[in-house]
Amino acid sequence: MIAPATPALAGSFTGASFESAISELPGGLPSWWLERKRAAYGSFAELPLPSRTDESWRFSNVSGVKLDGFMPPGAAGSGLTIADQGLTTKPTLVFANNRLHSSAGLAPDLVARGVVVTSLSEALRKHPDVLRAHFMAQPQRLGSAKFAALHTAFVGEGAFIHVPSGVEVPEPIVVVHSALGAGAAVFPHTLVIAEENSKVTVVDCFVSADETPQFACGANDIYAGHGSRVNYVGLQSWSGDTQSFQLNSTVVRRDARVQSLNLHLGGRQSRHESMSQLQAPGAFSEMLALTVAKGTQEFDQRTLQVHQAPNTKSDLLYKNALFDTARTIFSGLIIVDQDAQKTDAYQSNRNLMLSEDAEANSLPGLEIQANDVRCTHGATTSRIDPEQEFYLFSRGIPRARAHELLIFGFFEEVLNRLESEELHAALRSLIQSRFE
Amino acid sequence: MEETNTTLIAPDAATENPVSGIDQTAGNFSYDVKYEFDAGSGLSERVVEYISSVKKEAPWIREFRLKALKTFLSKPLPTHWATKDLEAIDFSKIRYYLSSGQKPKRTWDEVPADIKKTFERLGIPEQERKFLAGVEAQFDSEAAYSNVKEAVSKQGVIFLNSSEALREHPEIFRPWFGKVIPTGDNKFSALNSAVFSGGSFIYVPPGIKVSHPLQAYFRINAENFGQFERTLIIVDEGSEVTYMEGCTAPKFSTSTLHSAVVELVALKGAKIQYITVQNWASNVFNLVTKRGLAHEAAEIKWIDCNIGSRLTMKYPGVVLKGRKSRGEVISIALANDGQHQDTGAKMIHAADETTSNIVAKSISVGQGRSTYRGLVHIPKHLKGCKNNTECDALLINTNSRTDTYPAITVRGAENRCQHEASVSKVNEEQIFYMRQRGLTEGQAMSLSVNGFINDLARQFPMEYSVELKRLIDLQMEGSVG
Repeated sequence: MIAPATPALAGSFTGASFESAISELPGGLPSWWLERKRAAYGSFAELPLPSRTDESWRFSNVSGVKLDGFMPPGAAGSGLTIADQGLTTKPTLVFANNRLHSSAGLAPDLVARGVVVTSLSEALRKHPDVLRAHFMAQPQRLGSAKFAALHTAFVGEGAFIHVPSGVEVPEPIVVVHSALGAGAAVFPHTLVIAEENSKVTVVDCFVSADETPQFACGANDIYAGHGSRVNYVGLQSWSGDTQSFQLNSTVVRRDARVQSLNLHLGGRQSRHESMSQLQAPGAFSEMLALTVAKGTQEFDQRTLQVHQAPNTKSDLLYKNALFDTARTIFSGLIIVDQDAQKTDAYQSNRNLMLSEDAEANSLPGLEIQANDVRCTHGATTSRIDPEQEFYLFSRGIPRARAHELLIFGFFEEVLNRLESEELHAALRSLIQSRFE
Repeated sequence: MEETNTTLIAPDAATENPVSGIDQTAGNFSYDVKYEFDAGSGLSERVVEYISSVKKEAPWIREFRLKALKTFLSKPLPTHWATKDLEAIDFSKIRYYLSSGQKPKRTWDEVPADIKKTFERLGIPEQERKFLAGVEAQFDSEAAYSNVKEAVSKQGVIFLNSSEALREHPEIFRPWFGKVIPTGDNKFSALNSAVFSGGSFIYVPPGIKVSHPLQAYFRINAENFGQFERTLIIVDEGSEVTYMEGCTAPKFSTSTLHSAVVELVALKGAKIQYITVQNWASNVFNLVTKRGLAHEAAEIKWIDCNIGSRLTMKYPGVVLKGRKSRGEVISIALANDGQHQDTGAKMIHAADETTSNIVAKSISVGQGRSTYRGLVHIPKHLKGCKNNTECDALLINTNSRTDTYPAITVRGAENRCQHEASVSKVNEEQIFYMRQRGLTEGQAMSLSVNGFINDLARQFPMEYSVELKRLIDLQMEGSVG
């Protein structure tokens, strides 16, 4: 049985609430799945909360991390409406309050070629071995082992995307994870397995259906097999009063390429961890992020680029625009293992300050144990160029609009890296909505 | 003086560690000295009181020491971010105070022959002959020899060791003592505050440009000894001074601790340049806290070069307290087998229009590990602050290691901050070109490495940059093939 959880360490995620979440799971789930959840709950209840002296939480407002007052909610009513996030592609899977809300079928030719896009609970029945091999299989190296355990313990539903060898999925697969109601705790999960030489684009949308305090503790696993190409876009627009954790892990195999772009707009306090492991020669991971931080929002982004094999490449560019009294933290680390010669790694964090009271923290780090490498990193923090601002003013453009244009100019370097016109437009319109 | 024997410690140092052994041999000797005052091993209130009574200190200093001891004991080792190697220090085995009881001598002739022999081997008299204005040499706990050129004291410059200065000029030094680096700043500054001895206290009166650099030399002679010198330099309005320190120790089989506190105070419009060439033996833990306080339009520049020691943790900082003040850190680190150079810089902006610049270059050879750790802090409501940081690391061998851990906080839209770092290896085309012109691989490597640090080495005074070049040549000889 589970050790009794102390309120200080578990908040409202008590042993009883865990048992009740387990009892609501559909029947017929494999026993290893339930055992894993129990073990994870044990770790969650034991592991300490982050503290101020914890290096992996440096500069974070650790006292703002609250586990009280949240519960896995009941099912969302049928009246759930979700904004379309500016996308023209209809979502394949929509999750609401940890349950599958609706799903659309895949194109018949993709089904015929073996592409699977389904819910975790169905995958547990039909593809248990693939799921078991990849679900939360990577180490937690960025400081959130406790929240990863919480996620595993409470995860109810999620997306399972499996693309077989040689198959290219032409349209993006859109997954919506939503939360509804005050105090709702949701645990979104997306698992993407791209087999040899396949190609897929996955878009995760994280949305609150109302402006109430919510709790999100999500994770995703991306596995890019030999020669595959995975594009991943995460659009985070939780309610302004949401405490959010998102723990992403990417494994890149030989000659595979993964591009991920995370757009951070919502949440009161959002922690985003992203780890890329480059495991075989020719692997390439491109890690991109854009953040619009307003009001009293805190965005805490931690990244890890691990070069585990020779001739691998990673390229990270995180851009933040800060307004009001918002805070951002970027803490990045490039690790080059001893035999990862010929590594090419880049890491850059750019902060644009639009307020006297905003605060940007940068911790760009390197740990290099091989000598034949090209590793550079940079971090800059500055305001809008007064000359550019003056030029726009002199053309009669009002201040707010001028700043908007200049912020889009600042973000364009990242947006331009997206291949898809549709995604480019969707991101622009989501960012635009934050200026209205 | 008693008869003394010169003991070459670990004569096989050069063979067991051919690369790092080379540069150590100049300082790798020690003398059997009969110490008149010896506080014994381990740290307690009794030891702290013993040091204070030997020095015949005022009660406030004794209180300061005892309070610092409590702080030291209550603070944990900072291993949540620093290397676990710190746990190898056994504080109970360290000897905290050793002195042969002599008063600082004012001329070279008065220095006891045995101690003179130590310094002669280190080349101090040569430097004296090279018109250096003042030398203060510290042998274990106490300054053994110091000489301030007449011209400098005529200018009103006070250059004393810590005990003399606090005794003779408390009105000048007490107001700033422990103010730039409070006792509780970190565990090792607390340790230093409890057991400090020796070091240089300097005061430069207003409007004086001290034309020649002042110099100090630190040496650890005894096994298991901890050296805890304390330096406080106060430069009054519009004055300028350059201070240089060097350090060596013989290689003992057990580890040795050096934990200094250096405080600089630059009043309005003053300029301080502080140069360190650290070449401790490869078993010394070198854990030093250095910080300057720059008032309006003042300028503090740290030039810090770390070649020796087992573990160095040193992040010279500047608190930019006055408008338009400026801070700069130029750092060179060379880590060879068994060494970890954990160095960097801290820039705390606390007034408008302050600027800071950090340029750090490190070279890792063999299994050496060099780390850059930096802090740049620009709090809110400041305007026109600028920081520029550049760190470059050069890795020589396939198993060399380098880390970079900067932390940058900027609040407000009126400030600017940029940080850049790169890691590279020696350019193969350059090596090929030089070899094709008839240079050996070792020569080509050392030319290339010297080229890497050349723009920084040029900022060192001549004798130090020549020494640095020579050390790099020696280190590179063993690193290829």
